[in-house]
Amino acid sequence: MLTKQFDPLKKKNRMLQILDKEGNIVDEKLVPNIPDDQLVSMYKTMLLGRIADTKALQYQRQGRMLTYAPNKGQEAAQVGSVAATEQSDWLVPAFRELSAWLHKGWTLENVYLYWYGNERGSEFPEDVKILPVSVPIGSQLNHAVGLGMASNIQGKDEVVLAYVGDGGTSHGEFHEALNFSGVFNTPTVIVIQNNQWAISMPTTKQTKSQTLAQKAKAYGIPGIQVDGNDVLAVYAATKEAVKRARNGEGPTLIEAVTYRLGPHTTSDDPTIYRKDEEVEEWSLKDPLTRFQKYLIDKGLWSKEQDENQREEYNDFVNKTFKKVEGSGLVPLEDIFDYHYEEMPSQLKEQYENYKRYLEEEGS
Amino acid sequence: MALMTNIQAIAHTLEQQMKKDEKIVTFGEDVGFEGGVFRATKGLQERFGEERCFDTPLAEAGIIGSAVGMAINGLKPIPEIQFSGFMLPGFNQIAGHVGRMRNRSRGRYHLPMVIRMPYGGGIRALEHHSESQEVLFAHLPGIKVVIPSTPYDTKGLLTAAIKDPDPVIFMEPKRIYRAFKQDVPEEEYTIPIGKAKIVQEGTDLTIVAWGAMVREVQKAVKTLEEEGISVELIDLRTISPIDKETIINSVQKTGRFLVVHEAIKSYGPGAELISIVNEGAFLYLEAPPTRLTGFDVIVPLPKGEHHYIIEPKRIAYEARKLIKY
Repeated sequence: MLTKQFDPLKKKNRMLQILDKEGNIVDEKLVPNIPDDQLVSMYKTMLLGRIADTKALQYQRQGRMLTYAPNKGQEAAQVGSVAATEQSDWLVPAFRELSAWLHKGWTLENVYLYWYGNERGSEFPEDVKILPVSVPIGSQLNHAVGLGMASNIQGKDEVVLAYVGDGGTSHGEFHEALNFSGVFNTPTVIVIQNNQWAISMPTTKQTKSQTLAQKAKAYGIPGIQVDGNDVLAVYAATKEAVKRARNGEGPTLIEAVTYRLGPHTTSDDPTIYRKDEEVEEWSLKDPLTRFQKYLIDKGLWSKEQDENQREEYNDFVNKTFKKVEGSGLVPLEDIFDYHYEEMPSQLKEQYENYKRYLEEEGS
Repeated sequence: MALMTNIQAIAHTLEQQMKKDEKIVTFGEDVGFEGGVFRATKGLQERFGEERCFDTPLAEAGIIGSAVGMAINGLKPIPEIQFSGFMLPGFNQIAGHVGRMRNRSRGRYHLPMVIRMPYGGGIRALEHHSESQEVLFAHLPGIKVVIPSTPYDTKGLLTAAIKDPDPVIFMEPKRIYRAFKQDVPEEEYTIPIGKAKIVQEGTDLTIVAWGAMVREVQKAVKTLEEEGISVELIDLRTISPIDKETIINSVQKTGRFLVVHEAIKSYGPGAELISIVNEGAFLYLEAPPTRLTGFDVIVPLPKGEHHYIIEPKRIAYEARKLIKY
């Protein structure tokens, strides 16, 4: 079991890594069994995530998009984990999970629509069990536990994959969720995307723990620290956790050690709190380039394919954003319609009064 | 028909609904084995098993947050918070998620849940056990807030809350949990959420109250009647959404308005009700619409609480002032 082999409290062999930063396999025995076509599709999502992310940042800088939370550098932590679940499993995001969303099936058009400032973006395809973006920090984990409690009670075969950032581990609700998940033995896999910074706060100031994964021990559940920029390691740890959850053996905490190469959001300026050398050092551990090299070495991908794919995605992302940009303002009903199954009389009155104003005075 | 106290009406309703709907689960601190510190869930675990009525770790955000997940995933959770004063750690979930999930997911996920909690003063309790914080919840979009005042209403409103597709905060006036009994029908019935009850009709003054205050007002009304003052007493029953129509119609008839509540005065529910009266019955008013409320203080410990709790004598005093205005 990986959680035993890579005990987060051990000093040596603490972090699971399968693919090193040059894209070479560290230990053949650890390589997870992923079909070739799935490997390629995982890479493609990471690539699309990277391109869509880079472009979102550009659009924002051009004043064409609202505040945006960039993902660059965290693609492996996201795709590696979500790819280890089934379509029938749940995804409970925080707010920085672009590549996970795309892999799960939230359309890029709707993701963009959301960050463009239109709640319509939070519409998910019927067969995609994904919760909306959670802006409050850490509180979404309790929903993940509740989803799992309901699965247990109703005898459903579902696993719940939830994300939180390193900053979120300081929140009380992180601890409540871990405690509940242990007590109620829920099929929950919690992935901490430890991207080293919670806005300007480094992980070393967030906690005195050597690892975030070891916090699992306090709740009597397995925990493991993995190289979050190594898609194979993230996949292997998550796959094992998912299997345990599906077998009724309860929750797992995974710390994916990764790095946010960009700012916290487009309103943030990371240059005032972190050094260029640190960013450069982490750039060398880029999850995308190492996975690409691995696939090329395996003969599953080529430079030429890569270039063509990038071109195709560039086109797709441009077109998608154009469409979103043309979506206009939301109609009046839209801001009233979704609060209750049936609009209470007081709300109806507010809506009708405003509608009358628009009719009489023109919008 | 059986004579029941308020707490018996809750236990009876939960049992009846859990029997009819196996999606209902109830849980919280001491809710399972003990049946809740007030025994509202007594016998439910024995009858329905530990999967449907269970104890949770002592953590309000965990309780409400997991209820959110359960409601999304096909259950109808009825979490209990031991005292409303302990709700604040769970308030993050209520304000941040419970009231917003339907809107955030564009109607995909709705939360058919009922959050039960005892509230209010007058039981000689410790700190954080006596607050009336209904307005904190009523201020949030996406949530309904209900407060019953009699066993009959408790059953009808709780049944309606359980059947409601939206989240309902069900606040129980603990001071009258066992204060009196009333005939409660065995068969299922509902009382619509959002409709006030005219407890008695009158012509000189409208008084609006809810929860434990309804009984105090009733006592005052008896005195006032002996003095020849005819009071129309309205039990608000639902704090959000408010039944404006019943209040406005009544004040248009009586020309005077008094709201009595245990919650503190400033920014309290009385201010909202007076606004409603001003907007809907301004030209009918013969005296300024008035509120008799708790003070803007932390509810005192029992030796000082008698100053805070509103007595019938004080209600009659305020009512007379309005008549003489």
